[in-house]
Amino acid sequence: MYLSTRLHGNLSTLPLWLPPLAFLAVFFFFPLSRIFALTFSSEALTAKNLPITTYTLLFTFYQAILSTLLTLLLGLPSAYLFARFDFRGKALLRALTAVPFMLPTVVVAAAFNSLFGSRGLLNAIANYQLPTAASSSFIIHPFLAILLAHVFYNTTIIIRIVGAALSSLDPKLEQTARSLGADSLRVWMNVTLPLIRPSILAASLLVFLFDFTSFGVILLLGGSQFATLEVEIYIQAVKLLNLPLAALLSAVQLLCTLLFSILYSHLITRNSYPLSPRSSVIKPRTLKQKLFVSAIVLLLSTFYFLPLASLPIRSLFRLEANRGQRAEVQYGFTADYYKELFINRRGSVFYVPPIRAAFNSLAYASATVLLSLLLGFPAAFALAKPTRLEKILDPLIMLPLGSSAVMLGLGFIIAYGKWLTSPLLVPFAHTLVALPFVIRTLQPAIASIPQRLRDAASTLGAPPLEVWKSIDLPILRRAALAAATFAFTVSLGEFGATLLISRPEYPTIPVAIERFLSQPGGLNYGQAMAMATLLMLLTTAGILLIEKIRLPHTGDF
Amino acid sequence: MLELRHIHKTYEGSPLLTDISFNVDTGETICLLGASGSGKSTLLRMIAGLEEPDSGNILFNGMDLAATPPHLRDFGLVFQDYALFPHLNVNDNVAFGLRMRRLPPAEIRERVAEALELVSLSEFGQRRVTDLSGGEQQRVALARALAIRPRLLMFDEPLGALDKKLKDGLLEELRAILHRTQIPAIYVTHDQEEAFTIADRILILHDGQIVREGTPAEVWAYPQSAYVAGFLGLGKVFEGAVMGQQNGEWQVESGFGIFHVRCNHKHSRGEKVHLLARPFKVQDDANAVSGVVTDVIFQQDRYKVTFDNGLFVYLDAPPKVGEHVTVRVKVECLA
Repeated sequence: MYLSTRLHGNLSTLPLWLPPLAFLAVFFFFPLSRIFALTFSSEALTAKNLPITTYTLLFTFYQAILSTLLTLLLGLPSAYLFARFDFRGKALLRALTAVPFMLPTVVVAAAFNSLFGSRGLLNAIANYQLPTAASSSFIIHPFLAILLAHVFYNTTIIIRIVGAALSSLDPKLEQTARSLGADSLRVWMNVTLPLIRPSILAASLLVFLFDFTSFGVILLLGGSQFATLEVEIYIQAVKLLNLPLAALLSAVQLLCTLLFSILYSHLITRNSYPLSPRSSVIKPRTLKQKLFVSAIVLLLSTFYFLPLASLPIRSLFRLEANRGQRAEVQYGFTADYYKELFINRRGSVFYVPPIRAAFNSLAYASATVLLSLLLGFPAAFALAKPTRLEKILDPLIMLPLGSSAVMLGLGFIIAYGKWLTSPLLVPFAHTLVALPFVIRTLQPAIASIPQRLRDAASTLGAPPLEVWKSIDLPILRRAALAAATFAFTVSLGEFGATLLISRPEYPTIPVAIERFLSQPGGLNYGQAMAMATLLMLLTTAGILLIEKIRLPHTGDF
Repeated sequence: MLELRHIHKTYEGSPLLTDISFNVDTGETICLLGASGSGKSTLLRMIAGLEEPDSGNILFNGMDLAATPPHLRDFGLVFQDYALFPHLNVNDNVAFGLRMRRLPPAEIRERVAEALELVSLSEFGQRRVTDLSGGEQQRVALARALAIRPRLLMFDEPLGALDKKLKDGLLEELRAILHRTQIPAIYVTHDQEEAFTIADRILILHDGQIVREGTPAEVWAYPQSAYVAGFLGLGKVFEGAVMGQQNGEWQVESGFGIFHVRCNHKHSRGEKVHLLARPFKVQDDANAVSGVVTDVIFQQDRYKVTFDNGLFVYLDAPPKVGEHVTVRVKVECLA
């Protein structure tokens, strides 16, 4: 105890910081500086580039605002539902709405494609029942699919943040307003809404931020015709090899996300009311309540269940003409798409069996786990007892979260272009993305071990080493496992950076899905579905593991 | 058994404890009573070996403990927030100290069962400690400390987080357990009710020093200082000026009137002394307080009557508000 207090306040934690800071300097700050150097060069700020940038920026805002509004439309009633009512299957429905947020965006995109796409299940059903209708009778517009996918994985943010505010609202406030003569509408307008408005604003801004930097969903569902900043960076950097424009676009993007992040932290610190954690959850009683609950429950369960179910179904369902027989569409269950993953076909998208992508992914994910734990543990130990140094370094180490994955990839290309032939760069990029999560998982666990526990152990007869072995280690083991799983699933699902820097001969699962989807043919499509299903299962297993091993009282993210 | 000699300790440059000396004997329960920040927890931590005094000695059976690390002292310490190991169940928490002593499994089982029995938690062995109520957690912490059969038990505000009813029940149990096991104990609290219930001897800490030491009855009867009388809430404490001596009693003039009191020390004319007016009506005292009644509060078996001058007394029959009342009470000299 007093050893630590004596060390307090000086730079004693600096050695702990050196590995993560060195890593960030090499793989984040240096590439970032190269991006900025290129942005302010004469190649980037040209008369041709500026209109493209302006148009792309405006479109990015447009789709993000639209997505956010739609998300609020579904999210606010849902938040109210979960905060105020008790009904059967509530926990399950809440978990169902939370899953997409943690799924890789390629899986969400593939799931929407499997439902709404031209080869999707809805279109197949529509055609089966109406054989005379045109073959594309049930395809929704790609832009609508993008918006729906955004709603799909972001609604949980509204449910969580606004729901938390709603359920910590003291019911006595509303009851008092009623006794003072306000009807239910005026209670809502004059008491409830003003009290939860800060949380609505904060949640909306967060959703907006995610929509603004969305990449996988837009690229896979919309293609290059819906070029947001992210998609345009990718197209300019990889397809058109125009690095200066890509740099300019990412500088604009970074500026925007930085602004929104500052606004967000400003909002959550300034505009929150102290609310008491007291909730009044009731079973729906009146007809109005019963109608509301049934309608929202039905809507949510349909909206969330259909895409998640249609992906694995479509991966097991043949829906294509046999080779050479263009007219006859074959229906029926099949395992062919999975079998095909193991076959090395000439002329296919890959020159290796596609399942190799899964092995690459697993290898990258393992390397990411190792690297991010090695770098994360020292930083988390330092952050567990924050001094002035930690207050400065903490936001610094979280900064990669604020920049998009595509931009990280672009930075690698610009700064380390000549090393791109090596598959080693991918785990470094994944570690950049995973490190903040790893630190945020370990830090509360380390900080949550009260000195008193160690004191208690030593008064009970445990020598110092035994204290570490019997107290610190068992508690941290679970956190370390959770952090490792986090890093693993982040790496498995990482798409943006990987797409920019991975070598064609070393694809990962998400990259393989993208390639399959961009190729014609029912077999390629089926394999994309099979790959996406595998990825969904792996990620879900990871999420379940994290939920299971997370210690109680270690807090939320 | 335990002996503290001239303990000094500073905290962030300012003195926290100055010249603390006391003993704890076999089977005796000592209570360190003091306001928060008076350094009582630090004193416990030093006895446990978790902190070191700046100077002074801590001896057990005549042996200086300075070189003995906490895990070899065999002192049980029960923390305010219990400090139960969240990753271990009730059994494993209680068994922890026994495992550290590498006792055979059969004996560990036996002693864990015995300790849980002692705190009436025999059925709780397999429970997770995070699922227990505050009172149950407190008992587990006590069982864990008892299981090692410590040479000394220490309690750092052990009931601070519990509600009054639970507190009273646990306090009585604890008293019985300490009495049965005859383990010497040091109990730290800021709550005088707890202190008076559990202690054989009370030490009141103030400004880093022991300002009063004695059995609960002694301390209650003779607080000996304005601070102790005020801290214990024994009655109204006020200042007066000595006028003279008459038949062994001192005449003191104050804003509440002139009182005749016995003092332990000699005083000179005009000297300021602190007086304590106990709020109980007596028959055989020359002193009386009076005032206009401003408030009457019903308190089960009596009424608390407050006067306009700030004095209060307890009466059996309630006067009316606005009435002028004179009551004979005991007034004491505090120095």
